Amino acid sequence: MNTSNIHWYDACAVDDIPKRGAVRLAHGSKTIAIFRSSDNKLFAIDDACPHKGGPLSDGIVHGDCVTCPLHNWRINLESGRAEGSDDGCVSTYPVRTSQQRVYVELTEVRDIGFA
Amino acid sequence: MTDKPQLVIVGNGMAPGRMLEYLLEQDSKIYDITIFNAEPRVNYNRLMLSSVLAGEKSYESIVTHDGAWYSDHGIQLYKNARIDNIDTVEKTVTTENGFQRRYDKLIIATGSAPIKIPVPGHDLPGVLVYRDLDDVETMLKASKVAKRAVVIGGGLLGLEAAAGLNEQGMDVTVIHLESHLMNRQLDKPAGYLLAESMQNKGIEVLLDACTESITGDSVVSGVCLKDGRFIPADIVVMAAGIRPAVSVAEKAGLAVNHGILVDDHLQTSNDDIYALGECVEHRGQCYGLVAPLYEMAKVLADNLLGGDSSYHGSTVSTKLKVSGIDVFSAGEFLGENHEEIVVRDAAMGVYRRLILSGEHLVGAVLYGDTSDSAWYLNMLKQKSDISQMRSTLVFGQSYQGGPDVDPTAAVAALADSAEICGCNGVCKSVVVNAIEAGNHNLDSVRSTTKASASCGSCTGLVEQLLTLSLGEQYQRAAVTPVCGCTSLGHADVRRLIQAKSLKSIDAVMQALEWSSSCGCAKCRPALNYYLVCEWPEEYADDYQSRFINERVHANIQNDGSFSVVPRMWGGVTNSKELRAIADVVDKYEIPMVKVTGGQRIDMLGIKKDNLPAIWKDLGEVGFVSGHAYAKGLRTVKTCVGKQWCRFGTQDSTALGVRLEKFLWGSWTPAKVKLAVSGCPRNCAEATCKDIGVICVESGFDLHFAGAAGLDIKGTEILGHVDSENAVEEHVAALLQMYREQGHYLERIYKWANRVGIDEIRQQIMTNHATRLAYLARFQASQKVAQHDPWAERADGNHHTHEFSVRMPIPQEVVA
Ligand code: SRM
Ligand SMILES: Cc1cc2nc3c(=O)[nH]c(=O)nc-3n(C[C@H](O)[C@H](O)[C@H](O)COP(=O)(O)OP(=O)(O)OC[C@H]3O[C@@H](n4cnc5c(N)ncnc54)[C@H](O)[C@@H]3O)c2cc1C
Ligand code: SF4
Ligand code: FES
Repeated sequence: MNTSNIHWYDACAVDDIPKRGAVRLAHGSKTIAIFRSSDNKLFAIDDACPHKGGPLSDGIVHGDCVTCPLHNWRINLESGRAEGSDDGCVSTYPVRTSQQRVYVELTEVRDIGFA
Repeated sequence: MTDKPQLVIVGNGMAPGRMLEYLLEQDSKIYDITIFNAEPRVNYNRLMLSSVLAGEKSYESIVTHDGAWYSDHGIQLYKNARIDNIDTVEKTVTTENGFQRRYDKLIIATGSAPIKIPVPGHDLPGVLVYRDLDDVETMLKASKVAKRAVVIGGGLLGLEAAAGLNEQGMDVTVIHLESHLMNRQLDKPAGYLLAESMQNKGIEVLLDACTESITGDSVVSGVCLKDGRFIPADIVVMAAGIRPAVSVAEKAGLAVNHGILVDDHLQTSNDDIYALGECVEHRGQCYGLVAPLYEMAKVLADNLLGGDSSYHGSTVSTKLKVSGIDVFSAGEFLGENHEEIVVRDAAMGVYRRLILSGEHLVGAVLYGDTSDSAWYLNMLKQKSDISQMRSTLVFGQSYQGGPDVDPTAAVAALADSAEICGCNGVCKSVVVNAIEAGNHNLDSVRSTTKASASCGSCTGLVEQLLTLSLGEQYQRAAVTPVCGCTSLGHADVRRLIQAKSLKSIDAVMQALEWSSSCGCAKCRPALNYYLVCEWPEEYADDYQSRFINERVHANIQNDGSFSVVPRMWGGVTNSKELRAIADVVDKYEIPMVKVTGGQRIDMLGIKKDNLPAIWKDLGEVGFVSGHAYAKGLRTVKTCVGKQWCRFGTQDSTALGVRLEKFLWGSWTPAKVKLAVSGCPRNCAEATCKDIGVICVESGFDLHFAGAAGLDIKGTEILGHVDSENAVEEHVAALLQMYREQGHYLERIYKWANRVGIDEIRQQIMTNHATRLAYLARFQASQKVAQHDPWAERADGNHHTHEFSVRMPIPQEVVA
C-alpha cells in the first residue's frame, strides 16, 4: 500500500544550475529536472517529454520554454504544457529558494508493505 | 498629555509621513500623536537622496515635513530617539536612553536596514552603505579627497550610488553578482543595454563578479573577487540589498518572518499594534518601493479612523533615477500561457517587452523610451482588456485609436535631410532622387548612392523608400529569416555581426532588433556559431546555446542514452586502442558496439552519467572525441593507398591522417566530412564528400561539394596540386571560406551552389593572397579550437551538472 506525503526537498545549490540549463534529480522511479532561466527563474518538471519521453533536461532553454532534444517539441516550463500545435503535458512541481539553496515540493511515496 | 487616545509611531520615514497626511486630512483631532525617530532630523524624501548625491538638489529642498508642520499639527516628534523596547503588557515604548511613553495604539514603521555582506574587511573604514542622509554626506565628503569608488551591487540603489559618485568626479566600478544589471527588475536584454549606458557614462561594470574580500590595513584599499581580480578602491559602497528592520518588533514578541507579519488591516499579531512600510510582510511579500507603502498608508489611516479598509497587495513598478538613462519595469515576466511582444530600435537604443496573459497585460519592461510607462502600468493595475489593440499595443499610447500602422509611414514622415545610411552619410533626398532618376532596384540604388553598401543595416530603410516611391511596382527581395525572432536572413546577420563588431548574443539581438527577449532553439545555436567563427579568441562559447550533442560532446539516442565515437585518425587503429575499447565496453556494460560508415567504432546505449568515466579510460590510450555529433569536422576516410595497395599512387592513409590532425576541432556551419583515395578507383568514396582528395601519379586532385545523405551528389573539381603541403593549404583555405560564408546548417554543397563553384575555385586556386589569408585565419582559429572536449570533462570537475543525477534530501521545514 502507498501513502503519500508532500515534502519540501533540498535539491541543490542555485549555482549548481547554469542559467538556461538544468540539473536532474532522482525521485523514486522518476527523474525530475530543475531548470534555471536566463533571468534566474527556477522550474521543476518531470524530465520526460510528453511526446516520446525525451530527456527535457538536455534541451535548449529559451525564455520560459525548453525545446526537447529529440524532436523539438517546445514545452512551457511553468505550465508543463507543449506549445504551438503539439498537445501534451508534463507534471510540474513547486520550487523555492532560500539561502541560495533550491527546494522542490515532491510527493513522498512510502511503501508501507505488511507492517 | 490630554485624555485623547495616545497614538505612538516608531520611525519617521516616508510611509508614516504619508499616513499622517491622510489621517490629518480627515480628522486632525482624534489622537494625541507622538513620533520617535532614530534619525536626528525631520522627515524627508528618501528617494531624492540620489539627487543630493549627484549634486542636483540640496537636503533642504527634499524635506517633506519641516519642524513647523509638526508643531502646527500638535505632533510631538522626538528626533535622534531610537526605540529599544516595546512592552505590550504595560503598553509602553522606551528609547535607548530610557525615556518612556505609553500608547493606546502603536505603529511600527522602522523601514529597513542595508545589508553589509560579511566578507573579510567589511568593517574597514571606508566601507559605506547607502540609506540615509548621513550616508550621503559621508560619500560626498569622501569624494572630495578620494579618487576611486567600488559599488557592490548592480541593483537600483547601487546604480544610483554609482551614478552619483561618478557625477562627483570619482572613478567608479560596479561589481554585480549576476550576469545582468538590475536582474530583479529587468530581463537580460534590458540589463545588457543598461550596462552599455552605464559604461558610456564612464562607469565600469563587472558582471558575474563575486566579492571575496575587501582589502586594506587601516582603511580600504580595494576589492578582491573570487576569480582573482583585484579592483583598487578608496571607498566601497555596499548596495547589496536591504533587510526589514524587525528587531524591536521581534523583541516585543510580535509575529515576524522576513518582515513584521500583518493582516489586510495592517494589524500585527497584537491587536493594538500596527506595522507600516518597508518593515512589513504582507501575504508573504515585503516591499522596497514607496508606491505600495503609500497604498498601505491610506488603508491604515482609514482603519485608525474607525473604518474598515483592507490592503490586498500591490503591483509594483520601478524606474531608475539616473539622468540620461530611461528604464522602467512593472509586473511579472513568467507564468502560464504568457506571450511576449518585443520591439527593439537599435539606433535609438530602445527595447520594449510586453508580457500578455490572455487578454491582459501582466508585465512590461521598457528601455530607452519610457514615455508610455504610466499608460502600461495603468493597464496592468486595471487589468484592462487589451484584445482590441493587441497588434499596436507595443508602439505605445500615441499609436492607439488611429488608423492601422503603415510600415512605410515612419519613413514617409522623415525629413529630406534625414540620414538614411549612417556609414556613408547618405540622406533621404539623395536616395529618393536616385530612385526617381531610374534606379528601381536595391542594387542600383546601392551602387549609385552608396546607401546600404557598407554595414547594410539600412537596407530595410532603403527598400521602404523604394516601396514608397514606386508603390506596388517594387518587389522586395524575399529573404528567408533565420527564425521567427527576426526578419533578417542568415547572410545579413553574419554581415552585420562583422560590420557592427557584435560580440555577444545579447549584442546581436539588440543591434539587430530581435523580436523575442532571448531567442529560440533555432537562432541561438546559429548566432553562437557565427560568433565563435567571427571572434575565435574573444567570444566565450555559450554552451547553453548549443544542441545537447555539442553541449555534452556525445550523440543523444532515442532513449535518452548517448553514443561515444572516438577519433580513429584516418580510420587507422591498433591493438592497444582496440583493447581499451573492449575494456570500456565490458566495464560499463555497453550494450552495442558498431563499426560506423565513417571508418571508426561507435559505442551505443551509454548512460549520460558514465560519460566522463568512459572518456577518462579512453583518454588514457590517447583517444580524443571523434566529434561524431558536431557541426564541425567529422571524419576523414582513407583507403590503404600506396603503402599496401598494388594500385596506390600516393600515401593516401598518411595524408588523410595528416588532414584530420590539422582540421579536427574546428566548428563549421554544418558537418564536414573528408576522404582521401589512393587512386581513381576511389575506395574511400572521396567523390561524394564535402571535400575529397583523389591521389594520382602527378599529385592530387582536389574535389569538393559532394553529398551522399539526403541528397546524392558527386563532387565538383576544385583543382590539382602537386604536394601534400599544398593539399593541406588548399583544403584548410576552402574550409575557412565555407566557415565564414556558410549559413548555419548549410552543407558545403549547398553553400557552393549559392555562391558559385567558379567563385570558390577562383578564390582558392587562383587568388593566392586570398587563399593565404583564409589559411591564416583558419590557423588562428584552430589555436583556440583544438582542445579535446572529453579530456576537459573526464576529471569529473567540469560541466558536472550535466553528468550527475542528484538525490534530493527531504526537509522538515524550509527556511
Ligand atoms: C554512426 C553512423 C551510422 C553508422 O552506424 O555507420 C551515423 C549515424 C548518424 N547519422 Fe549519419 N552516420 C554515419 C555516417 C553517415 C554517412 C556516411 C559517411 O559519413 O561516409 C552519411 C552520408 C554521407 C554524407 O554525410 O553526405 C550520413 C548521412 C547522414 C545525414 C544526412 C546528411 C545530409 O546533409 O544529407 C544525417 C542527418 C543530418 O545530419 O541532419 C545523419 C545523421 C546521423 C545521426 C547523427 C542522427 C542524429 O542526429 O542522431 C546518427 C547518429 C547516431 C549516433 O548517435 O551515433 N547522417 N551519415 C555513421 C557515423 C560516421 C562516423 O564515424 O562519424
Ligand atoms: C537612495 C534611495 C533611493 C530610493 N529610490 C526610490 C525610488 O526611486 N522609488 C521608490 O519607490 N523607492 C525608492 N527608495 C526606497 C524608499 O525610499 C523606501 O521604500 C521608503 O523610504 C521606505 O519608507 P519607510 O517609511 O518604510 O521607511 P524609511 O523611510 O526607511 O524610514 C524608517 C525610519 O525609521 C527609523 N527607525 C528605524 N528603527 C527605529 C527605531 N527602533 N526607533 C526609531 N526609529 C527607527 C529609521 O532611522 C528611518 O528614519 C529609495 C531608497 C533609497 C535609500
Ligand atoms: S583507392 Fe585504389 S589504391 Fe587505394 S585501395 Fe582502393 S583500389 Fe587500392
Ligand atoms: S520526445 Fe520530445 S519531442 Fe519527441
